[in-house]
Amino acid sequence: MNVVFWICAPLMVLGALGLVLFRKAVYSALSMALTMVNLAVLYASLDAPFLFAIQIIVYTGAILMLFLFVLMLVGVDTPDSIIETIKGQRVLSALGALGLLGLLVFSIGGAVTAPADTMEGATVAAGGNVEGVAQLLFGRYVWAFELTSALLITAAVGAMILAHAQRTRPKLGQRELADARMRAYATSGAHPGSLPNSGVFATSNSIATPALLPDGSIAQESVSATLTERGAQLDSAQLKELTAETFAGAQRVSDEEEEEL
Amino acid sequence: MIGLEIVDPVAATGLFGYAWLMIALPALGALLILGFGRFLGKAGPALAVATITGSFALAVALFVQQLAAPADARAVSVPLYTWFSTGAWQLDVGLLVDQLSILFCLLITGVGGLIHVYSLGYMAHDERKGRFFGYLNLFVAAMLVLVLADNYLVLFVGWEGVGLASYLLIGFWQHKPSAAAAAKKAFVMNRVGDLGMVLAISAMLAQFGSSAFSEVNHGAANLVGPWPTAIGLLLLLGACGKSAQVPLQAWLLDAMEGPTPVSALIHAATMVTAGVYLVVRSHAIFELSTVAATTVVLVGTVTLLAGAWIGCAKDDIKKVLAGSTMSQIGYMMLAAGIGPAGYAFAIFHLLTHGAFKANMFLGAGSVMHGMDDDVEMRHYGGLWKYLPVTFWTFACGYLAIIGFPLTSGYFSKDHIIEAAFGQSMLIGSLALLGAGVTAFYMTRLMLMTFGGAKRWADGVHPHESPAVMTVPLVVLAVLSIGAGAVMNWWIQEWLEPATGAHAHEVDLLPTPIGWATMAVVALGVLVGWLVFGRREVPATAPQGNLVARAGRNELYGNSVNDVLVVQPVLAMSRAAVTTDAKGIDGFVGTFTDAIGGLSVAGRRAQNGYVRSYALTMVLGVLAVGAVLILGLVG
Amino acid sequence: MIEQYLYLAAILFTIGAIGVMVRRNALVAFMSVELMLNAANLALVAFAWHHGSFDGQVATFFVMVVAAAEVVVGLAIIVSIYKTRRSTSVDNANLLNQ
Repeated sequence: MNVVFWICAPLMVLGALGLVLFRKAVYSALSMALTMVNLAVLYASLDAPFLFAIQIIVYTGAILMLFLFVLMLVGVDTPDSIIETIKGQRVLSALGALGLLGLLVFSIGGAVTAPADTMEGATVAAGGNVEGVAQLLFGRYVWAFELTSALLITAAVGAMILAHAQRTRPKLGQRELADARMRAYATSGAHPGSLPNSGVFATSNSIATPALLPDGSIAQESVSATLTERGAQLDSAQLKELTAETFAGAQRVSDEEEEEL
Repeated sequence: MIGLEIVDPVAATGLFGYAWLMIALPALGALLILGFGRFLGKAGPALAVATITGSFALAVALFVQQLAAPADARAVSVPLYTWFSTGAWQLDVGLLVDQLSILFCLLITGVGGLIHVYSLGYMAHDERKGRFFGYLNLFVAAMLVLVLADNYLVLFVGWEGVGLASYLLIGFWQHKPSAAAAAKKAFVMNRVGDLGMVLAISAMLAQFGSSAFSEVNHGAANLVGPWPTAIGLLLLLGACGKSAQVPLQAWLLDAMEGPTPVSALIHAATMVTAGVYLVVRSHAIFELSTVAATTVVLVGTVTLLAGAWIGCAKDDIKKVLAGSTMSQIGYMMLAAGIGPAGYAFAIFHLLTHGAFKANMFLGAGSVMHGMDDDVEMRHYGGLWKYLPVTFWTFACGYLAIIGFPLTSGYFSKDHIIEAAFGQSMLIGSLALLGAGVTAFYMTRLMLMTFGGAKRWADGVHPHESPAVMTVPLVVLAVLSIGAGAVMNWWIQEWLEPATGAHAHEVDLLPTPIGWATMAVVALGVLVGWLVFGRREVPATAPQGNLVARAGRNELYGNSVNDVLVVQPVLAMSRAAVTTDAKGIDGFVGTFTDAIGGLSVAGRRAQNGYVRSYALTMVLGVLAVGAVLILGLVG
Repeated sequence: MIEQYLYLAAILFTIGAIGVMVRRNALVAFMSVELMLNAANLALVAFAWHHGSFDGQVATFFVMVVAAAEVVVGLAIIVSIYKTRRSTSVDNANLLNQ
């Protein structure tokens, strides 16, 4: 048990420091995951297997993933600036943190007065860890437990309301879209039909492959502008040659087979 | 001191029960004209004249009934209703129609009616004529309340009512800043006097439990200590304010800013004599206090001379008459202060003065009407040819005021001078001197206005006023000449039940004092003629000596008020403002500034950064934890 | 024996607090808050073990439930802020200052 603690505790502190010190929020979240998992292990070592499972499932599984999900939503590629804008914030924070730590450490010295007991007796008496927790949850704390259900429902509804986006203009129907397309054709000459498909070659039919027009030039509209911008667009001329070679090869094989017959 | 016989009024019967109509008619007129003048249009002035004529008719009818009644049934009380009752006090509104008040009613409605008629002509071209007549009616109603009230509180209602009407009418031409200022001045100075009235009435309520005249008269004898003097002096303060007696005299001269009919009605014939009425009405109080009565005499004498002095120096015809009014009211006050020997003469002089002074004021108005509203006597001269009716009627008033034998002023003023000599040689001599000065300044007025060569500018075309203005002048002129002779042998006896005065023997032939008075008056006229009749009057006022300058400046009354009252109050106000701004506001301001500064500092902490708040929370946790741990350890 | 777990919890908690105070990225700050919760959980389980009772474990269970609810709502808020402001920096969400 002591061994477990001394393995987990430094990892947890490392994870916590990482959470605070990494400039990129994704790294912070992953550092926190490290701390969470180690905390779960500590729960297990402290004879709380139910909490061990919950910690993994709820915290590491659900909550941290939610964090990561939101991180992805709001953008991952902007690291925090390290320049402090509020005057004196860092110095005072350091002093406050030092004071807080001192206070906590100082008070821990006098916090533990009762002689140590063990969980074994209680676990045996309850018939198991989960049973023990359940007896309390559905016994002494049942009122609080029921209230948490109301809390969770409220939180879910609140999150929905907060995240819900109000439509600011009426949804365009098929008719309106068609009208808009025809109007664009009339005013700017934009083609009203669907965009050309991507090119299909012997070795590639990816959406990054531009189609070729009858005159051999590239139809730019056949590839998404994003892909073009990223430089993911494939070289159609090369593909065309490959395809021609392939066709030629295939023709040759076919011809040879006919001759054999 | 003569023991007073107090006659209780009898209950009202017959026509007396309708005495309230005398007040109600003009009050209704005022209400209709001021409230609905827009719909009345040109009928407004006519309505005003009609209401006051009705009041006058009723007054005459009541007077006739009183004449017919036996002497002890002439005073009639007309209870109307209970105003309010609170605690031990019940205050009733009632009228007292006795020998004194009926004379006033006749004066007010009679002279008032004539002035209403006169105003039809005088104010014919004024845009706000209707409103003017509304105010006049309001004044008449209030004045009748004043004289008909059977207790001091109701009297005070009328007292304030006439003050209001006076204020409105002095400031009638409110587009002139001087008129607005004069109205305000009159109002404020009257409030000073009203303070005395209120205190006096309060003292009466405290002492007698009632403010009714009968209760006060009956209870006065039981007053002890300083109360009679206190109440008397407070009443005198009120009387001084209303009657423009020294020291509250300064407003009357400015009040001449009002239209001339107003000056005649309110500031000569009726309202300003209310103070005399008050003193005579309160004779039971003044009987008891030598100090108060002597003060009345003193005030009267000083005002008499001051008014005459001012009258000598002014060049504004209305202000000369205003000074003369002050002076004549001073005579009345003097008589009222003398005691039972003088009450009847005070009222007598009040009535004759009401007639001849109204006559002269209206005459002055007629002159102004002919001279394009110029009031400067130095711009007149030789007007007797152009304004014959005005001149002859004015002359009647002139003879009356200087006390030409057998005119009304001769009888009434001579009696007062005699009574003054009865009081003391000094007062008598001063009253006699006043008579001489009166003769002097009235002669000056006559000569400067009607005599001599013409001094008016080219383009001024003096013309006689229309009949609607001259007829009232003629009626008043007749009264000026004849009223004295009619009342001389009758009024003392008539007023005896109301004033408790004993009959003062009068004779057709003058007493030695009467002869002396005549001589002094003749001297005054002679001096006046010597100074102003023989020589050309300069068109601009000469520099004059110290005496003339003092008179021209109204004996520096305004300066005295300014130094004694206005400046100290201003200084006090400034000190109060400084204390408020520097001391109180400064203290409070510092406090709020401190809180404001704190808030600014606190606002800085609220920078909106979540991380800052988190840091603050951590520091708070540290603080709480430290306290807890220190508590556990310590 | 139990003290070492508690010291570990204290260290993790303090690191989490530093993260909340120093990091501007809302998601990282949020993860730091989660780290603090987990530190508290560790202390609870350690105490449960020390006292031989299930109460600490049940408390941990409740903390996890509440944390799950908090994460759901918190992330929804972050997403909606991001949608309007195109930023996940907590310093940009300082409207309280205005």
